[in-house]
Amino acid sequence: MPDLSINFAGIKSPNPFWLASAPPTNSGYQIMKAFDAGWGGAVWKTLGVPVVNVSSRYGGVNYRDKRLVGFNNIELISDRPLADNLREIEEVKKRFPNHAVIASLMVQTRQEWHDIVRQSQDAGADGFELNFGCPHGMCERGMGSAVGQEPKVLQMIVEWVMEVAKKPVIVKLTPNISDITEPAMAARRAGADAISLINTIQSIVGVDLDQFSPYPIVDGKGTNGGYCGPAVKPIALNMVKNCAQHPDIKLPISGIGGIENWRDAVEHILLGASSVQVCTAAMHFGFGIIREMTSGLEQYMVEKGFNTIYDFVGKALPNVLHWEDLNMKYKVTANINEDKCIGCQLCYTACEDGAHQAIKLNAGTRIPEIIEENCVGCNLCSLVCPVEQCITMERTDDATQHLTWKERTEAGTAPTEFNDEKAGGRHHWVPEPSAALGKERHKTLPGKARLYSGETVLPTEA
Amino acid sequence: MAEFSTPTTEQQFAENFAQLKPVMNRTEALYESSRCLFCFDAPCIKACPSGIDIPQFIRQINSGNDTGAARTIYEANYFGNACGKVCPTEVLCEGACVYNLQEVKPIEIGRLQSFATTKVIKNGEKLFGPGADNGKKVAVIGAGPAGISAACELRSLGYDVDVFEAKAQPSGLTVYGVAPYKITNEETLAEMAYLQSQFGYNVHFNSAISSREELEKLENKYDAIFLGIGLGKTNELGLPGEDKINCTGAVEFIAELREFQHKVAVGRKVIVLGGGNTAMDAASESSRLGAENVILAYRRAKEEMGAYEFEYDLAKGVGVKGLFNVAPVEITGNGYVAGVKFIRTETKDGKVSEIAGSEFVEPCDMVIKATGQAKQTEFLSLIPGLKLDGKGRIIANAHTGQTSNPKYFASGDAWNGGAEVVNAAAEAKLTARGIHAYLSK
Repeated sequence: MPDLSINFAGIKSPNPFWLASAPPTNSGYQIMKAFDAGWGGAVWKTLGVPVVNVSSRYGGVNYRDKRLVGFNNIELISDRPLADNLREIEEVKKRFPNHAVIASLMVQTRQEWHDIVRQSQDAGADGFELNFGCPHGMCERGMGSAVGQEPKVLQMIVEWVMEVAKKPVIVKLTPNISDITEPAMAARRAGADAISLINTIQSIVGVDLDQFSPYPIVDGKGTNGGYCGPAVKPIALNMVKNCAQHPDIKLPISGIGGIENWRDAVEHILLGASSVQVCTAAMHFGFGIIREMTSGLEQYMVEKGFNTIYDFVGKALPNVLHWEDLNMKYKVTANINEDKCIGCQLCYTACEDGAHQAIKLNAGTRIPEIIEENCVGCNLCSLVCPVEQCITMERTDDATQHLTWKERTEAGTAPTEFNDEKAGGRHHWVPEPSAALGKERHKTLPGKARLYSGETVLPTEA
Repeated sequence: MAEFSTPTTEQQFAENFAQLKPVMNRTEALYESSRCLFCFDAPCIKACPSGIDIPQFIRQINSGNDTGAARTIYEANYFGNACGKVCPTEVLCEGACVYNLQEVKPIEIGRLQSFATTKVIKNGEKLFGPGADNGKKVAVIGAGPAGISAACELRSLGYDVDVFEAKAQPSGLTVYGVAPYKITNEETLAEMAYLQSQFGYNVHFNSAISSREELEKLENKYDAIFLGIGLGKTNELGLPGEDKINCTGAVEFIAELREFQHKVAVGRKVIVLGGGNTAMDAASESSRLGAENVILAYRRAKEEMGAYEFEYDLAKGVGVKGLFNVAPVEITGNGYVAGVKFIRTETKDGKVSEIAGSEFVEPCDMVIKATGQAKQTEFLSLIPGLKLDGKGRIIANAHTGQTSNPKYFASGDAWNGGAEVVNAAAEAKLTARGIHAYLSK
């Protein structure tokens, strides 16, 4: 059996799955329940001067019938007295000595930082996570993302913490910044032991069309919140990668953002995370999701022959290049598996309207045909196809050549003028603009314009 | 033991005739509409005789625009709610859904359709109205799917419309002929009331047009006359004993059932003669009324039945037994039906022949003949110059519905020989435009 345990910057945990600092880690009750269910660690809901929250705190983004593909909140840090939280930290650690309990902290002055760090480590916390990410409510008070967005301030506060911390210090970064590596480097300069990312993204998840107010609505009004959930994973993955690849950061990364199952976790790990944190999925489905996550991760490791998490931390990083280093001689072409095609023609209309008019329809069949010479290998058709493995992208170059944009630029073979002969689309066939007029209008006419026989009425030529 | 106990109350009747396609709630509609792929040039639209833009209305439901969805449906088909419930969607839109090719359950288009239309009907939402008065008048004979659809379309084109209906209620076979588990009387009549309130045509009930004089009056008063008269009574079989008590036609049986529901008595052992969809309905209904044995007797083989497979499955599902390759020879009994004398048949090279000496009597106490409806040729002969084809169907222009008497137009069963509600609704819309083109000349 593979070993799922980790030692994250000195914080030991039986598996890499931690609950992120958020409502699910608000109390010792919840964290004990989570550990009982199989979670490896938990980052306590941020401690500080207790807050007062509003009622109506969360908003969701639904896609068709799928709930909460995105989620946001306007809840603040812990609203419970510090002593209550510390007492419960102690109790949890006593019951679960081998699980990771990390105290998330957010205060203002140097003295407050010193006090809260000391008290938390006295309570038995295995480490600290400095909340420099919260993008709502706290930042207006000069904390949270207000700190995360100012590398100098961030560095100063981390230095204050390092003055007294005897346990590992993780700096949690905000994504509400143009270059995530700058605060990460500031954390590194200040001596932090690790970073975690991403915190939530400043957001408005929706607007009520009747009340003309953003969600969540508080007495007819709303405010921007912090966005998370499955929808933010791509943003998180990119930022994790940016930090993991940066030569001047070199800190352990706790990956956060859109992790709901083992696959999401593996993706974070492959891009450099060595622990992962989960919040929205636990809020949506409860702590029980951990069983699927650990069993999926274990199965993956068995199949890949990985003995420990560290066998694949960052394994995808060498394959993440700059665009200019990609091989431009590589070519894929769409291929429709006719046996599987159900004739929905989504690929046709997607390519026709959204790509390169490289799919055509033939009389007498609903199965579209790829026009190979027009196909640029963009993948769109294979992405919209509702049937598994029906449209596949097949490699059509001979795999012997390699030429990058960088090399072309250096060799002087890249287009440089507006009407350059070397333009990539210079010899691509595109239909005449006027050929579009009326081409498919009859197919989008309302039903009343169709003949009862099932045929459609063609619009008369104007 | 009978499959169903005889219903004696309205509630028991409703239980025995539970809706096959109950109206969805909002959550179910959201889930189901979410599955639609929004096919390009969607096969479901092509399979719909009224050409409803199905992916469009499903998308509208999915985005919370139920009213817009209802508008899309009604723009193509005034019997939108009825069709969602009574259409043989298995062989039309849902049968064409591309999910079938993936062995995935097709989208429940019919139920989604009725979801949207039920909502606007319930709320009485104003979606349509009459067009600007053009000073012309059209008489519509028959308040069935064809007649009412024509009336709606003609009103929207600005015509004054009077509908003449022999019976007491509108919608024709929708309320008098469709199986009760497909649509309730209340649902049917609610849609009729909704349409009338939207378009404002006049309906004269209990006003059969049956004489030359009556037709002449219409001819003098109206600019055009629309024939939506449907078909007539069940065909006579010409068998000895056909006049015995408890030997009835399917159309008449179902009409009575729709009107009197649990008050209709059915035999203990019922033989239904026929292999079409109406035969399946009558057999199914007999069983649901508490008959202990229901036999469906058809003169050819099972595979040759005209009924849709799902309709036969439905009948089998409520305990109906098939008896194939038998032709009725005589209805036996003394005053009351006591049995049917059959002779066995065989099909060779597509021809049915009787096997000599193979007669036998199948005892029963009720016979329902589902052997097709007669054409109303006698009435049609009162219209000067009106031509019928060899099968007694009105001959009319395929695009305008105009008959050989230019003042008369036709749609529905009297024209197509007997088809679905959706066919009549679609044809009538087209014919109404044909009338408009004719009167606008």
